[in-house]
Amino acid sequence: MSTAPMQTQAPPSGAARRPLLEVNDLKKHFPIRSGFLSGVTGYVYAVDGVSFSIDKGETLSLVGESGCGKSTVGRTVLRLIEPTSGQVLLDGKRIDDLPASELRPLRRRMQVVFQDPFSSLNPRLKVKDILAEPITNFGLASSARDVEERVAELLDKVRLPRDAMKRFPHEFSGGQRQRIGIARALAPGADLIICDEAVSALDVSVKAQIVNLLSDLQDELGLSLLFISHDLAIVEHITHRVAVMYLGKIVEVAEKSALFAAPKHPYTEALLSAVPLPDPTAKRDRIILTGDVPSPIKPPPGCRFHTRCPHAFDRCRQEEPALKAIGPGHLSACHLHDAGVMRPTPVTQAA
Amino acid sequence: MTETVLNKTQTAASKAGHTGPLLQVEDLRTHFRTIDGTVRAVDGVSFHIAGGETLAVVGESGCGKSVTSMSILRLIQEPPGKITGRILFQGTNLLDLSEKEMRAIRGNAISMIFQEPMTSLNPVLTVGRQIGETLRLHQGMDEKQAEARAVEMLDLVHIPEAKRRVREYPHQLSGGMRQRVMIAMALACNPQLLIADEPTTALDVTIQAQILDLMRELKSRLGSAILLVTHDLGVVAEMAERIVVMYAGRKVEEATARDLFARPRHPYTQGLLGAVPRLGSSLEAKGRSRLSEIPGIVPNLKKPIIGCAFAGRCPAVTDICRSVAPAVETKAPGHFAACHHAPREAVAA
Repeated sequence: MSTAPMQTQAPPSGAARRPLLEVNDLKKHFPIRSGFLSGVTGYVYAVDGVSFSIDKGETLSLVGESGCGKSTVGRTVLRLIEPTSGQVLLDGKRIDDLPASELRPLRRRMQVVFQDPFSSLNPRLKVKDILAEPITNFGLASSARDVEERVAELLDKVRLPRDAMKRFPHEFSGGQRQRIGIARALAPGADLIICDEAVSALDVSVKAQIVNLLSDLQDELGLSLLFISHDLAIVEHITHRVAVMYLGKIVEVAEKSALFAAPKHPYTEALLSAVPLPDPTAKRDRIILTGDVPSPIKPPPGCRFHTRCPHAFDRCRQEEPALKAIGPGHLSACHLHDAGVMRPTPVTQAA
Repeated sequence: MTETVLNKTQTAASKAGHTGPLLQVEDLRTHFRTIDGTVRAVDGVSFHIAGGETLAVVGESGCGKSVTSMSILRLIQEPPGKITGRILFQGTNLLDLSEKEMRAIRGNAISMIFQEPMTSLNPVLTVGRQIGETLRLHQGMDEKQAEARAVEMLDLVHIPEAKRRVREYPHQLSGGMRQRVMIAMALACNPQLLIADEPTTALDVTIQAQILDLMRELKSRLGSAILLVTHDLGVVAEMAERIVVMYAGRKVEEATARDLFARPRHPYTQGLLGAVPRLGSSLEAKGRSRLSEIPGIVPNLKKPIIGCAFAGRCPAVTDICRSVAPAVETKAPGHFAACHHAPREAVAA
């Protein structure tokens, strides 16, 4: 179908289990323009060499604090913004260099659910029109009746009453709007959904409803999810695997059970220990990081985390640690793994 | 004039005669008149805070927790708002005070930290000036003394290079630093009560951990009571000694933190605690675990709610819940809940 050169570095796993989405060394540097002629005076290294893959039916969560580049990864994968370099493969096919006309049919397969259910739905369209748009756009329905039938099915899928069709977004609560957002992502029959902080704006009780809905839909439809979030407790409930980002880089990737039981990277450790537990009797050693995240305009040399890392030593300030395997399916980028330095005891969980 | 008011409040503070709680809120009702009806944002809430205590008010969006805290400082615009009930601070009903007398209390005996450190700091004044303003106003310091004290305050909240930072503007600081400045400003006059409305909600977890740590440290050093308003049950569990749970403008449960998390008695509290994702869930159960949901949505506060406000979503609802509003009653020593069906512990004589 496409004439794009298939110069894919075939993944070592082979064709036997080809991931649905594969991202290789993705970079996005935003130019900073200033001065009289708006010359480029620097770059924001928002995403600086990120690789991961997502299997069919799998959820990978991208976690990290504000400004770590997790949302930029999501948007670059969708090509809502153009990557600076790197490869994005959907079902083994490179999409990062496709021209818009060839990318368009593929957009059907990758959809997004945004954080704010208030600003991401057109207030002037009825729910029916919001959901019908992707269906007619991709020519998925043969008649007006067919469209309506499909919209009704979508509302069933996200557990909204069918009469919601005739109403406007403002008539719904935050949770219900997020259901509409999910229905819209499902409308063109997507198999990869990128959830960018999709439940962060919701109240606890509603958040639980949406998280459960996403899990159910994944089981029902075999969806792959890229779940971008800063909320580790929610991530632990919804995900299969986790990738932790810090200042534009992935510092650790692991299966959920491995990451939450025994985080290996000092940043992951600190991040987990900082989450307040809803249990007043919980006793644990908290690692309190000093200072703030450095600016992605001038990331620190060596390991980007060394300015806040409680274990940093000389090598960390000069040499950047590579992301490498330290266990089955477990990658981490830290010099401590080589040095054989004694690790501090992991976060003690609530009794 | 301000000074006489100030003296009055200060003598009230040291008045030996006052033995009750630091703050006693009785039957607080804050209603807003709007074009399409009266919104009963807070509808009959009572609680108290003892000196040096941390009380958390928790609930979801729209439950009235922030309106409650703003009502205490009378930051609600009247009209359209209308506050009734009694707010006794060291025995004085704040609702009886004039605006001028109120101004002598705000930022002095009672101060407040808001959620958004960017919008609650003045962008065109240096942080030193903003911290100094309360000192000049309430403690009659001159420019120089105020700046020196502002530097001390920045030191207290662990802002490095306080001497330089005191001359900086809010946009030059990170989110966590701005929140530290807010705290420095709130604590400058040694308030007896600090109201913290979602103080860490806008911050990242590692920064949140820093700020919570700081608040705990300062509380033990300065001895202020804290009214913590938040939706985050994790933060509550870490900070609070006692907890008030609000739903649809009403208090549904009150207990010590330990008791509330161990034995929640109101079905709403139980639902809320069940819905909170917990770190470590994957260590107990293999695979993905389901969160418990509270079905439905909160009732419309524009219509008077007949019966229990939670009746429409409650798994244990019966006929009486839909017709009679349950009173807040003692279910166990120090544990109160507004539910017809919550079990009452037999209190041993």
